[in-house]
Amino acid sequence: MADLRTTVAGLPFRNPLWLASGIWGESGNSLKGAWDAGAGGVVTKSIGSQPRMGYPNPTIETYEKWGMLNAMGLPNPGIDEYPQEIAVARAAGAAVIGSVFGADADEFATLAARMAATGVVALELNLSCPHAKGLGSEIGQDPDQVRDVVRAVKRAVRIPVIAKITPNHFDPASLAAAAESAGADAISAINTIRALSIDVQLRRPVLANGLGGLSGPAIKPVGLACVWQIFDRVKIPIVGVGGIQQPDDVLEYVLAGARAVELGTAVAFEGIGVFSRLARELSQRLDTLQVSRIEELVGAAHTVSARS
Amino acid sequence: MNLVRTITEVSERIVETPSTVTLRFRFPPPAAPGQFVMIWIPGDDELPMSLSYTGDPKGVTIKAMGSSSRGALSIADGTLVGIRGPYGNRFDLSPSRVLLVGGGSGTAVLAPAAEAAARKGSRIVAALGATTGAELLFEDRLRAIAESVEVATDDGSVGHHGYVTDVSRRLLSEQSFDAVWTCGPEVMMQKVIAAALPRQIPVFCSMERQMKCAMGMCDACALGPYHVCTDGPVFPSHQLTALPEFGRTKRDSSGRRVPL
Ligand SMILES: Cc1cc2nc3c(=O)[nH]c(=O)nc-3n(C[C@H](O)[C@H](O)[C@H](O)COP(=O)(O)O)c2cc1C
Ligand code: FES
Repeated sequence: MADLRTTVAGLPFRNPLWLASGIWGESGNSLKGAWDAGAGGVVTKSIGSQPRMGYPNPTIETYEKWGMLNAMGLPNPGIDEYPQEIAVARAAGAAVIGSVFGADADEFATLAARMAATGVVALELNLSCPHAKGLGSEIGQDPDQVRDVVRAVKRAVRIPVIAKITPNHFDPASLAAAAESAGADAISAINTIRALSIDVQLRRPVLANGLGGLSGPAIKPVGLACVWQIFDRVKIPIVGVGGIQQPDDVLEYVLAGARAVELGTAVAFEGIGVFSRLARELSQRLDTLQVSRIEELVGAAHTVSARS
Repeated sequence: MNLVRTITEVSERIVETPSTVTLRFRFPPPAAPGQFVMIWIPGDDELPMSLSYTGDPKGVTIKAMGSSSRGALSIADGTLVGIRGPYGNRFDLSPSRVLLVGGGSGTAVLAPAAEAAARKGSRIVAALGATTGAELLFEDRLRAIAESVEVATDDGSVGHHGYVTDVSRRLLSEQSFDAVWTCGPEVMMQKVIAAALPRQIPVFCSMERQMKCAMGMCDACALGPYHVCTDGPVFPSHQLTALPEFGRTKRDSSGRRVPL
């Protein structure tokens, strides 16, 4: 059996398959559930300073196979209530990565410090939600703001900081480079891609918010391109996200430069059993490829393409 | 599970009680009693609703509670609505003698289960509760298939003056049942469970929580280690009684715990 263990920013993970932010991760029991189901790490729902109800329904639009749109609107119970949820997941031994979002560097830094105090192993900064006004990718679109946020957070905490990058930018790698220059310990990419669905009969957008974010198999090639370009621009580790469902999806991301990956939509399509299935099949696939450790493949496609 | 939303016309609107309305609509995917759909009222909200009719046309029965369910009440025949689903699990229809305990609009999900079980030869006894006689839901529908139907009202206008759980406790002590199906306020269901437990009769409860995705993703419907949308909405009582939040708290739209 091939070795699936991986390290990201000096932290060891039992496998590279993490639960992506916003899927299952709002309650402590669900984070624990994903960990018990075999996830290598579990990222929390993005948490803000105040409780937020999110947008009214419809908040999702699902397509048959290739993905879904969502505009949840960053619902979350707020940081005051959240330590009790983390405690449930930590009691189960889960490697919890705390995701936070804010409107400016100060808010990010305050939240980051409070999240770090809950005992999470790392932070993920949501600089990339495509459908929340004044938050997420509205900040994450601007390399200067990315730098300010990361710098402020790095001053406020000692645990590794992962900056989650938006694909809704002409040069996502420049955002990753800005995060690195401010001291980020890792990059995760990508969040959802801004998208829209209109019902023809009703002549109106389906989601209550109008615009939403596309996830699932449809966005894998976009996520891969981002990871590929980011790998060329930064030295810090990359966590790949977007459309992963099968062992070869994971390996494509790893070959493009990812040391770990996150799964979101696959959990909705297949159920939480996707983690143990993927871990098993990934290990078998590596055996067939005669690769003994998945870490050997990180970024390996770059060397090949450089030679040819 | 049918992932894609279908836009369909409300073919019929039936006023069941002063505060409940049934909407019937064509929605071809097969569904079983206990399952729910997400019904989108364009311009308003999208709500989880247990199917009160699982054949063709399907139907949901809506009680005016929040502002959006009030919006749903004012829908006219011919209105276009969006339906996705059916989602969730179903009632096991195999028990041969079932006590059904419905509180208020909770009876909506129990009626199709009772009809389907009766068609397969199960015997049904129903206990229905409401604030007042005019609010009793689907009494006639159940009388058509049940061995007996007993009612309770808070104001004593019809049947037993008091709680439906007084009636179900008596029925449980006088007669034998293989299963209890219940839907209604959680404190009511807790009392139903408490009366059935010493007699070792399994109780199945249809639960209600905030829902957004309805497909086990967003965590809005988290209930202990379960997601009501995919692990439920029908839960065996032993899964619920182990949860400190059962009968006490739910999560609001933000995921914060709030009293029921
Ligand atoms: C319903 C839903 C909610 C999400 N919520 C968040 C969130 O709170 N914070 C965040 O950083 N990303 C959020 N995302 C984005 C995912 O973490 C992930 O980046 C994206 O879905 C792409 O991965 P996938 O194709 O595996 O789903 C959300 C995605 C979905 C589908
Ligand atoms: S409604 Fe989203 S997980 Fe159940």
